[in-house]
Parts: sequence; structure tokens; C-alpha cells
Amino acid sequence: MDLSLLFFVKILVAVLAIIALMVANAVVMVYVERKAAGFIQRRPGPYEVGPWGTLQAIVDAMKLLGKQIFVPANVDYVLFFLAPVLAFFPVLLLFLPIPFGPYLTSWETPDGIILILAFAGFGVLSNLLAGWASNNKYGVLGAARAVSQSIAYEIPLILALLAVVYQAGTLDLSVIVEKQGSWPWGWNIVCQPLAFFIYLVCLVAETNRAPFDLPEAESELTAGFHTEYSGMGFALFFLSEYANMLLVSFVCAVFFLGGYKGPILDGFWWTFIKAYLIMFFIVWIRWTFPRVRFDQLLNINWKWLLPLGLLNLWITAIVIKVVG
Amino acid sequence: MPSFNFVNPVDFLNMADSPGTYAGDFYTLNFEKNATPGNVILNLGPQHPSTHGVLRVLVELYGEYVLRSEPVLGYLHRMQEKMGEVKTPYQFLPNMGRVDYLNPISWNWAFAGAVERLAGLEPPERAEYLRVISSELNRISSHLLWWGAFVMDLGGVTPILYAFEEREKINDILQIVTGSRLTYNYFRFGGVGADADSRFFQLVEEFIPYMRERLKMYTGLVTDNVIFRRRLEGIGPMDEDLCRRYGATGPILRAAGVMCDARRLSPYGIYDRFDYDIPVGPSNDCFGRYLVRLEEIRESLRILEQAVKSVPEGPVIVAKAPKPTYKLPAGETYFAVEGARGQVACHIISDGGKTPYRVKLRAPGFSNLSLFAEAAKGVILADAIAILGSLDLVIPEVDR
Repeated sequence: MDLSLLFFVKILVAVLAIIALMVANAVVMVYVERKAAGFIQRRPGPYEVGPWGTLQAIVDAMKLLGKQIFVPANVDYVLFFLAPVLAFFPVLLLFLPIPFGPYLTSWETPDGIILILAFAGFGVLSNLLAGWASNNKYGVLGAARAVSQSIAYEIPLILALLAVVYQAGTLDLSVIVEKQGSWPWGWNIVCQPLAFFIYLVCLVAETNRAPFDLPEAESELTAGFHTEYSGMGFALFFLSEYANMLLVSFVCAVFFLGGYKGPILDGFWWTFIKAYLIMFFIVWIRWTFPRVRFDQLLNINWKWLLPLGLLNLWITAIVIKVVG
Repeated sequence: MPSFNFVNPVDFLNMADSPGTYAGDFYTLNFEKNATPGNVILNLGPQHPSTHGVLRVLVELYGEYVLRSEPVLGYLHRMQEKMGEVKTPYQFLPNMGRVDYLNPISWNWAFAGAVERLAGLEPPERAEYLRVISSELNRISSHLLWWGAFVMDLGGVTPILYAFEEREKINDILQIVTGSRLTYNYFRFGGVGADADSRFFQLVEEFIPYMRERLKMYTGLVTDNVIFRRRLEGIGPMDEDLCRRYGATGPILRAAGVMCDARRLSPYGIYDRFDYDIPVGPSNDCFGRYLVRLEEIRESLRILEQAVKSVPEGPVIVAKAPKPTYKLPAGETYFAVEGARGQVACHIISDGGKTPYRVKLRAPGFSNLSLFAEAAKGVILADAIAILGSLDLVIPEVDR
């Protein structure tokens, strides 16, 4: 690994750019989500602040900044304030190996996906700490749900990605993109449809979005693990939720949808278009489906996704052995 | 079964005099005393998204399993029955719109009907038709709101906004005759408050086919959704025996397979003139109750269709309608109507004075809620919420 000064400057610039991307993404997605929800629910959505309500998200962020940070009695102070920070910072690292464009990778490492999967586990730690530290029964229930859900769904998620890794023969994200080629029929979604489907389900579950939003199930646990968070604590959870959504969408675009490659004009715009299509899909199903029950959620994982993932991996391995 | 320890109310008051020796209120203390050590006692409510108001349910949780639960009532108690005793019937009539704000017409009818029976009044024909039309419209709007709120309890937030679209149409229609959009005060002793114009009937006629189309959409959007069905089928069975023991009525009892409907069993008004079915549920679980309610909307539409066609001309209130100073004759009567949630009834005892001696309001929600503790024993927390939602509770009506 090249540990020169230039490398550190590059990483620093990348991290700053990623923070900007995260915040911009949250602002855009809050607006898109609310407008999409409004469209699905046959109401206008935000339209008061700014033209067509475009400034709504910014005003919301200002409101959250200005809010009192309410600390309930008997909380674990250190963990209570550590949890939102822990939710936010690992996400920065996760964006480093993503190849946004042909020459736009923050950190070109040969085993990028390992880094992403390793640090993605931090998210659940912050949920656990938040639920545990806030001295709230809803919080503890939400945290317990978050842990078992995240751990369960990480396995088929990795299995789905592993099938693609087998096929490409590398852990390097840029190489995986390059191998898929420019045309949609070369992308992994065509030759790995089952893996794509498993990944899509796990992606919703991993980001705790409806219909798998069990850790914060509003009608059951009021707000789950972040019940007691207000102001910036809540904002950080919110930000990291959208950042996580963006991350899994980028990984999906890179692994299954050809990343920055497109029929014409390769470039970062293709990555962004594909990732935001996935994001829109996540938003769409959130406003369409009711929530599953917790035992059903785990059943979907252990009884369907995990065996299917193993089967898919096994078939992929055999095909590669025979053909290649 | 642990022996039931009960905190003596006197002891509780003594404890309250010396702060620091107790935690929690009377109900919590009693509930905690019978809890197994190590289990979590959770207060669902009074401020909780899925208690629809200010119901508070104490639940004892083992992990996510509800071992025991107890609804705590009274957060919205407004002494409606006492008010009935200190007000003349005429003054008390507007209160009927407030007892159950989602289904006020049934309450209007229960009280007006009881007074009419006591006073020996016979409403004119046109008023009877208007009563049926407004009552059925109100039943549909109440079921629509329940439908949306129930799906919201299960995590689907979109359908409630679809349901409100239809509800809005019903509000527009009922506004023409009642003048209000929520707490209708439409009935008078011996008739109804206002006559309907041609626009009213036209809107009702337009509403019927529209609502039928929407019901088809509901089936496609929600009823056939696989997640939704998996959440409801087999959850919270309430058999006939359980319903009988707690006095549950309405869609809950009908889903349990009992054809119990005041419109059919003790016909009031002109309900015996219409051709309609009483839906009796295919199953006694949450999904059965859901289907019964949707089926009831269809049957209400059938009644509306027939009623709108045959409304006669004439007055809408009897010529000698009771004045505000009207004194009830001495006597006792019980008048029950079929509300959206079950049997709505009014029991009046009058000693011939200015105000009734006693007014008892039978709220179906109160009896229906009593089932909850038994039905939600041993289920997972999310199912308990589904069961609570399937009871169709309106807390102002439960507490009165």
C-alpha cells in the first residue's frame, strides 16, 4: 500500500467530498421521498417552502439543528451521545472503494468489497447502543430487533455478492465494473438474476426500510431505537440511514448494473442514475407495502434467502468450473 | 395462575402521601404485583401511535411475547351519562354527536329513538328514509376510516389517504343535511333536523357506483396483498363463546359466525323494507373481521341504492315536535340500533321530571375492548397491535 503524503491528501479530499455527497443526498432524498410519497398517496407533498417545496429539506435540517437535545433521565451519557456519531462516521469509510467513474475512485484497493462489508456491520452497533443507552423499553426492543435483523440479512447479502465475485474472479470493484461491459445484457443482473433479487431484498432489510422497518416500527415501537433522540442526534441517524441507502444502491449499481459503464459516454453519471433508480425503488416500496411481522422477517431470511443464496453460489461455482 | 394481589386503594393514597415509596399509578402497581420477575412491563399508550387516541394498555412482555395485558380506560371520560341526567333531553341531544365522533348518526338515532319510544312519537315517512340514508352513509365513512387506520397499524401508511378520499365525499354529502362534517347533530325527536334537497340525493346516487369501484381497488391494493394476509390470517381468533362472555357485538360477533344485527333482529325505523344481507364472517380471526367490515360497506351501498330511489315527499318532522322545554313522561325504555362498531343503545329511565332520572349509554367499543386481554394472550407484540386495531376502537366512545 502506498502510504505517501499524497495518498493521505487524496483520502482527506475524498472524505470531505463524501460528507458533501451524504448531506446533499439526504437533502435531495428527503425531498424526493416526500414528493414520491405525496404522489403515491394522491396529495401534493411539500409545496410551501421555495418553488415546488424544494427548500423543504433544508428548512427541516435547520429546524433539527436548532432543536433542544433532550436527554431523558438515567441514560448512559457516553453511549447515548456516541451512538449517533457511530452511526454516521463508518459510512464515510464505506464510500471510499466505490468506483463512481472510470477515474473517480477514492481508494483503489484490490479488496474493496471486504472493506465495505466489514464496516457495514458498524451500523447495527450504533443501533444497539442507541436503543440500550436511552433507557427506554421501546428502544431496547428496537435495538434487539435491529441486531437480529441485520445479522441475519448480512449472510444472504454476502452470498449474493459472492456469486458475482466468483464470476469476476476479483474483489476489486473497478474490475467487476469493467468486466460487465457497456451493454445491459452483459451486466450481472442478466446472468445473476437470483443473486440480484436476493441482494435487493437484503438491501431493504439492511437499511431498515419498510416493509422491513422492524427496528423502528412506528405503529408498534413508536420509533424503536431512536425513540429518545431529538435534534442533531436524530438528524445523524436520519443522515446515516439515507447514506446507507445510497451506499447499498451504489454497491448494487456496481455489482449488478454495470456501474459507470453505459451504452454511451461512460462516466460517473451512469453510476448515479443507476443508484438513484434503486433508491427510488426503495422509496416506492416503502409507501406501498405493510410491514412484515418479526418472525416472518426472520423466516424469509433463514428459510428462503439463505438456501437460495447458497444454491445460487453453488450453481455459479459449478458453471465457472465447467465453463471457465 | 398466580394469586391476584390487589393494592388497597387506601394504602395507595397513604403511599401517595409519602413520596419516594412508590412508583407508578394505581393500575401499574397492581399490574406489576402480578408480574413474573424479569419480564418487561410496557405501557402502550396513552400516547402511542396505534392506540388511536388515549387508550392505555399495560402489557407484560417476555421478549416480544405478550403474556398478559390490561387496558386502562378513562383518559377521555367526559361524564356523558351524568350530563344526560342534568340536562333536558333536548339539551342533551347534541352530546350524542360527541360520544362517538366517527359514527354519530347511530348515537343520534339511539337517543332520539329512545325518547320517541317513551314519548310515543312516530317520525314521518320522509324522515325515516333520511335517517336510513344518513345512518348508512355514516356507517360507510366510519368503516372507511377504520380500514385506513387498521392498515396503518400494520405499517401500510398509504391506504388511509385513499380512504379519506371517499370519506371526504361522504362528509360533503352529510354536510348538506347536517351542517357539520364531524359531530353530526341531525336527528330530532320526531324526525330529522333538515330536509334534503335534490343535490343531496344526486350526490348519494353518484357515490354508490363510485364506492363500488373503489372497493374493487381496495381488494387489489390491500386485501390481496400477501404481506397483509400473512399478518392477519389466523391472528387473534375470537370465537362465539368469548364474544358472548364479554358482550361483544357488531362485526366482531358476526365474524365469529353469529348473525347478530339489530337492523335484522329487532328492526327499528324502516330497515325491514330493504333487501340486504347481514355478512357473517368466514373466519373469526383479524382477517375475518376485516372482510366482514368491507362486506358491510357493500351491503350499506345496497340499502342506500334502494332507499334513495323510494324517498317519499312530505314533512321531515312531526307537526307537534317536542319543544326545548319538553318533559319526558315517566317510564323506562331501551332502544338499540346497529352502529358501525356494534350495538349502540340508550337506556332511559324517566320519573317525569325535567331531566331523565338515568341515562345509560351502551357503547359497543367498551365491550369489544374487554375481549382484548384474553385474545392477546401469548401473541407477539405486532399481533397484539393488529388485534387492537381489528376491534375498531374509538376511545371517546369507550370512555364516554
